Amino acid sequence: MNAETVFMGAFLLLLVSATLTLIRLLLGPTIPDRVVALDSMTTTTVGAMIIYGVITKQAIIIDVALVYAVLSYIATLYIARYLVKKRVGVI
Amino acid sequence: MIEWILLILLAIGVIFNLLASIGILRFPDVYTRIHAATKCTTFGTIFIVLATVVYSAYNWMSSRESSWVIIALHSLLALFFLILTNPVGAHAIGRAARKSGIRPYGAVIDELEGRL
Repeated sequence: MNAETVFMGAFLLLLVSATLTLIRLLLGPTIPDRVVALDSMTTTTVGAMIIYGVITKQAIIIDVALVYAVLSYIATLYIARYLVKKRVGVI
Repeated sequence: MIEWILLILLAIGVIFNLLASIGILRFPDVYTRIHAATKCTTFGTIFIVLATVVYSAYNWMSSRESSWVIIALHSLLALFFLILTNPVGAHAIGRAARKSGIRPYGAVIDELEGRL
């Protein structure tokens, strides 16, 4: 058993978990269901990206994961604001 | 030896992430889905980043390359942002769902009914 093999197995299982979350994103009945599924899928994908950056020994993929997490947070806050105020726009 | 430590840490992280996705698929309404998704994915990602930090420290002690230090520090930074932003996002989306008129599944008494 190799260390890279363990990381690769964890990477594949995280992709399976993100795919299971994608089902709820596609068939969720209301908007908050889809937003919660998208948020959870993003967090799982960030974990998978960190594992992939460790396997390939490139720190740039982990930086991409950080930016992806922050962008998902901003998207969640913006959709929540749209659900309360029922209009788009900054002001 | 290092493989077994990594296997235990990654198994905890992956099992919690799979539990989160099963909970999102099976729970009946949006509030219980928030409960499953946020806590389980944050806890699982903590253990995944812990496994990468342990592996980076092990490789750094044998080879003294500086790229392993960079990988460990950037993983910890990504984990810090996730811990900081995930509960805030879950709170915002739960509040927005309640204000947009979604009632909890099977609720009998709703004390927030006329106050929103």
